[in-house]
Parts: sequence; structure tokens; C-alpha cells
Amino acid sequence: MLDGMLLGLETAFTFQNLFFAGLGCFIGTIIGMLPGLGPMSVVAIMIPVSLQIGDPSTTLILLAGVYYGAIFGGSTSSILINAPGEAAVVATAFDGYPMARKGQAGKALTIAAISSFSGGTIGVVLLMLFAPALAGFAILFWSAEYFALMLLGLSAVSAFAGKGKVLKAVMMTLLGLMLATVGESSLFHAPRFTMGVMDLQSGINFVTLAMGLFAVPEAFFLAIDKIRSKKTGKSGAGSSKKSQEISNLRINRKEAKAIVPVIARQSIQGFLIGVMPGTGATIASFLGYAVERNLASPEEREEFGKGSIKGLAAPETANNAASTGSFVPLLTLGIPGSGTTAVLLGAFIALNLQPGPQLLQERPEVFWSIIMSMYFGNIILLVLNLPLVPYIAKLLSIPRTFLIPFVLFFAMAGAYIGQNNATELLLLLGFGVVAIILRFAEYPLPPLLIGFVLGQMFEDNLGRAMRNANGIEFVWERPMTLTLILSAVVFILFPLLRDWLVNKRKKI
Amino acid sequence: MKNLIKLFAVTFVSVAFAAGSLSAVEINKIHFLIPGGAGGGWDGTARGTGEALTKAGLIDSATFENMSGGGGGKAIGYMIENSKSNHGTLMVNSTPIVIRSLTKVFPQNFRDLTLIAGTIGDYAALVVPAGSSYKNFKDLVSAYKKNPESVAIGGGSVPGSMDHLVPAMAFKAAGADPTKVKYIPFDGGGKAMAGLLSGEVDALSTGFSEAVGMANSGKVRIIAVTSQDRVDAAPSAPTLIEQGYNVTFVNWRGFFAAPDLPSNMRKAYIEVLGKMYNTPEWEKVRARNGWVNIYNPGDKFMVFLAEQEKVIGDLMRELGFL
Repeated sequence: MLDGMLLGLETAFTFQNLFFAGLGCFIGTIIGMLPGLGPMSVVAIMIPVSLQIGDPSTTLILLAGVYYGAIFGGSTSSILINAPGEAAVVATAFDGYPMARKGQAGKALTIAAISSFSGGTIGVVLLMLFAPALAGFAILFWSAEYFALMLLGLSAVSAFAGKGKVLKAVMMTLLGLMLATVGESSLFHAPRFTMGVMDLQSGINFVTLAMGLFAVPEAFFLAIDKIRSKKTGKSGAGSSKKSQEISNLRINRKEAKAIVPVIARQSIQGFLIGVMPGTGATIASFLGYAVERNLASPEEREEFGKGSIKGLAAPETANNAASTGSFVPLLTLGIPGSGTTAVLLGAFIALNLQPGPQLLQERPEVFWSIIMSMYFGNIILLVLNLPLVPYIAKLLSIPRTFLIPFVLFFAMAGAYIGQNNATELLLLLGFGVVAIILRFAEYPLPPLLIGFVLGQMFEDNLGRAMRNANGIEFVWERPMTLTLILSAVVFILFPLLRDWLVNKRKKI
Repeated sequence: MKNLIKLFAVTFVSVAFAAGSLSAVEINKIHFLIPGGAGGGWDGTARGTGEALTKAGLIDSATFENMSGGGGGKAIGYMIENSKSNHGTLMVNSTPIVIRSLTKVFPQNFRDLTLIAGTIGDYAALVVPAGSSYKNFKDLVSAYKKNPESVAIGGGSVPGSMDHLVPAMAFKAAGADPTKVKYIPFDGGGKAMAGLLSGEVDALSTGFSEAVGMANSGKVRIIAVTSQDRVDAAPSAPTLIEQGYNVTFVNWRGFFAAPDLPSNMRKAYIEVLGKMYNTPEWEKVRARNGWVNIYNPGDKFMVFLAEQEKVIGDLMRELGFL
């Protein structure tokens, strides 16, 4: 194995490979920042180009760079304008955007960059040391366990259920689960709840819903919120001070101390979740968020959803670690666990390489150079992103007159690009209007999106498990499933119970 | 006004020219209509074909349009409704157009379009883990005949689609009841393969090209291929036919044009696609994607589709999907 690593280092650290790793990261970050183009589309777009290089290691190093670069870049729009362009960065917006609203955009972007870097790097270390050993872990779970894991992921909604909002959070989660049933599922042959509208047959597009729920209302509230704009407009001194804070990216020692354990835990947890095909970065980010909220002290917990640095660091670390983890089933078993790794598998095949156990034996230089290049790629991403933070953060200090159309344009482009379907724009508008009404009525919207994202996988896995067991016996017959389901119940009920007890004590 | 006259003149001349040259048209550019989003199988087929055609110099330019919606139904409707303005358009599609027309998910079917050619394809395969006690398809059949519920078969698509129909077809040919297949649908072939390796399902019904790589790695074994003869890419994988079960199946991809396409243009499209196969540019694209050349031009395509529609339709009726 040591020989392999050295061979990998040798291959990865040629000028050519370093250059292409850097190029891949750069392209990935830039395109990843755009809405509507998630890692999967970015990698798919880059494959024909990268195949022109000729050398298999270099091609794959470039593509891997594009992949984690795109995940890195995806968080920017979540934080700055509350517009998550893909499912894995939804949880990033929960606390990242409130931080930006408080004028700490620079700090939020820095924390995101550092968390991503750490999650990615620790993920690579784990990948390097344990990839072959983890092959068995990757195929440990059946649909029954995945179903239980989705349930655990749904417990992330409890973060938005505080202060008499329990019922509202539950209602929004259910609405999200319902929206996820629109269209054709992978279990049935017929479209459901499409009301005869052909454009709904493939289901509701995630980006359209996310932009409609988060970005469109944001533009609306920016427009009507006159009081806030006057405040910043009047006091000239205050606004310059604010803009200074926006681009300030320093993190003090206390904050660093707070996020280090979060990053350590979420790197490992995120990586392990990423290893299992059928979960991936989205679940990892939601679970990371839920776990860290439950582990936080009561005062810190209050901060979650309102701009907690822990709440930002957790999903950002977890989704990057998970993306690295998803290379385990791809490289060791040849199984693509996500859409993006499926596209990457296509690139391997185009290069006449079959990922799987024999890749390590027959082409160790390819196997190890991909892994080694990821170290370098993560450093590049950090170096690339940190100096840019002040400039990107400045985006928020531009006048509302320009910011509002920018946000709207961003939302519309996101809804349209992936699908090339103008109906998406109407849906975007519809979701936007509903979201504005819901916000006026003080319904929390993140649970809706969590329900929607997890809904389809939740239903599919439950349906599969039930078909296989001819009933729901699997719940108690499979110990792993039972354990996960019980943890989910504890996750959901424990915070509610705790709040209730605290309230009761206060009353006495 | 002058411009208007000019426009009329140009239109008149070009119409006259088009009428006069009905016997010989040349295709210079093709607009590919892709019924799904970027990055999928249809997208890759259209873009790969366009790339090979332009690079080989068979046409000057190729343009692409992704029109998703209705699982592909929107693009079919568009081709039919805007037939007159789409003589320069080829739409890519595949086996699901047959299945989805049968289930009435698509209001139209392939007969409402002009058939150009089936260009590439993939056989189906049945796969078991390397350590499985099922050594061949016969073992699977006898276990199935004893207790259908004991043989869980996974696949990467919904019940009633290709991955489900292939084992049903094979069991039927073996004299067993095809309606009893315990089919477990996964969200894509990759997750289905994970389901096979984790032991959640006993066998997997999938595309042959997807199975080959895994079989070469020694993790799984192909116990049946739906081709006529053994395929070069996996010479050790036995066909259903040689095991005594008369079943063949091809999951094809091909191109369709607008309903009222003039016959000479149809001929020209078929010719251009036919010429493509012998070019090194196509070979490069084909190899990159692991496609199998299965060329079914024009009327042959119609015969092939009608046959496939009948086989699939009969089976789906028997399974209760229609």
C-alpha cells in the first residue's frame, strides 16, 4: 500500500497533473457557483473535453477536481442570496444566509471554505487509508436501512420546530413530502398528481422549488423592506462600517474553538454516509446539521437557524466529506452511488478502465494518483477561494436596485438552465408567491425543502423494503433498521421533550 | 416594400427549387431534439451522433435542443404539432417510446412520427453474485418454479419496464408463470447493482454493457444475455437461446423525424446515418460510450418496432400492466 501511495504521489505531482487538478478545481468552482448546474451536469459537460487529454490519470484527476470544485462553489449562492442551487447545499443556507444578513457574509464564506477544505481533506485521508477495507461497509445497507436513514435525516426538521412552531414545522415537512410524490416514482408505472400537466410528469424540479421557496421571497422582502433600507441608507458611517464587516473574514479564537470539534465529527460522519451508495452529500449535510444541533449547548442551540457558525460548519464539512466518501464504492466496487459518480463511471469506461477491485491491482498509478491529487485539489480550492471571499462578499453591499434583479435573474436562470423548459419559470413564480404567503404567516420553509429532498428516497426505500419483505416485518426483524429508526425517534422527540421540560420548569 | 418583394421572390424561388429537387436532397445540418435534460442517455446519444457526423464531414453543423417534460412526451407532442417547421429536426428516443405508448403515458406512438433509424443498442442481461448457488438460468428457473417469492430480482427501472419485462419473458419461455416475478425496482442501475452485492436481491436484470464491467471484475456472473449469439465483449456469458429459452431483446436507441417529412428527405437522413458507421469518428464516439452498433434503417425499423410492440404489449397485458 505504501508503494502504491508513493507511486500515486509520483504520478499526481507531475507538473501536468498538478496543472490539470488546479484547472479542474477552478472550472468546477466557477460553474458550481452558477445556479441549476450541479456537480453532475458540470462533470458531464467536462467529460468530452477532458478525454482529449489522452492520459487516463490526468483526465480523471481533472474530472475529480471539477467534481469537488463544483461542490465547493455551490455554497456561495446559498450563503449570499439564500439560493441553494443543488440539494447538498440546502442546509448551508440555514445558517449561512442568516449570517450574511447580519453582515457577516465574509466570515460565513470563510467558515464555509475552511469547513469544506477540512471535510474534503480528512475525507481523502480516510479514503486513502481505508478505501479497500470500506468496500464491505458500502454494501452493508439494504433498502430497509436506507429508509430508516432517511427518517433520521428528516429529524433535521426538529431544528426549526422551536418556540411553538412544532405544528408549523410538521405541516411544512408533510407538504414537502407530498410535493415529492408528484410525477413518476421509481416504484410505479404511472404518473401521480400531475393533474394532466405534462410538465409535472417527471416531478417537480428541485432547483425550481428551492429558488421559488428561498430566493424569490428574498427578492420580494428586499423590495418591500423599506425600514431596513432606510436604516442602512441614512447612517453613512454605519453603512461603511457594515460593508467593512461584510468583507471581514477573520474568525476569532473562540469561534475557531467552537467549530473544530464540529469539523472533526462531521468529517468522519459525512465520509461514512458518503461511502454508502444511495445516500450521499445531501443526507450527510442534513444529518450533520441535526446531530450538531443536538450536541450543542442550550444557548448555542438557540442560535441554530439564526446564524450559528456551528450550523454552517456542520453541513459544509459533511457534504464535502461525503462527496469524497462516494469515491469508495466507485473505486473499490465499481458501483456509482450518486448521479455524479455514475457520470464519472462513464468516464472510466471511456478510458477503458473498469473501476473495481482489479483497478487497484492492474492500474495502481491511476487509483492512487486520483486520491493523491485530491489533497492538492483541496489546497488549491482553499487558496483559490479565500482571497476571493472579500470580493464575493461585497456583492451584498451593492444597492438593492441592482441586487434584487440579480437575485431574480439568478433564480430564473437556475430554474431554466437544467431543464430548458419555460414552464419551470411559471412554477418558480407560483412557488415564490406561495412561499411569500407562508413567510408572512411565519411558517418555517426549510422543513418543506428537507421533506421534498428526502421524500422520494424515503418513499422508494420504504416501498422496496416492503415489497421485499412482503410487509413491514423488516422494521423489527432487521436490528440495524430498528436501531436507526429508534435513533430517529429519539432525535425528533428529545429536543421537543427537552424544550417542554425547560418551559415547565420556568413556569414553576 | 422592396424587401417584401424580395422576400416573396426568395420564398417563391426556394419553394420552386424544393419542388424541383424532390428526388435529390442533401442534408447539410441537423437539429437534434433531445426529450430529456443534459447528461442523460438520450442526450449522450444525440450529441455523440452529432459529433461524429460533423467531425466526419457528413454534415456541416449539428445543433442540439433539450426539451424535457412528460418523461419525453412533451418533445414527441412538439414534433407532431410543429411538423412543418421541423423538417430539419431529428428526435432521439429509445425502447421506452414503445412501452410508454402502450401504457398510454404518451398519447401518441411511434407510428405518428417518421421513422428514420435505430442506430445503437444494448442487450439485456441477468446477473447473479459471483458466489451465488445459481450457476445458470436453469437453476434460477427451477428455484422460481418451486417458489417465485424466493427469487427477488432487482432492476434499475420501474415495474413494467424493460428490466422487469426481460426476466418475465425469460421465465415465460421456460414455462413458468411470468406474473409471479418478485421484481424489486431500484433508482438506477448502479443502486440496483449495490442491492445485488448487498444480498438484498438474488439476481439482477440490467443492461448488458453495465453488467460486463462488473462481471470482468469478478464480483458478479452473467447467467443470461438476450442476444442471438454470444457477445464479443463477454464471450463467457451464455445467451438465453443457447440455454434453450427462445428469448431475444434489444434495448435500442434511434432517431425519429416530423410526421410529414418528404420521403426524399427521409432517404437522405437514412443515408447520412448509414454512412456514419464506417467513419473512425463514429468508432471513437461509440467506443467511448460502450455502445453496440445495431442499425435498423427505415422500413426495417418499422418492422422491428412493430414486433417489439407486440411482444412487449402481449407480455404487459399478461402481467396486468395494460
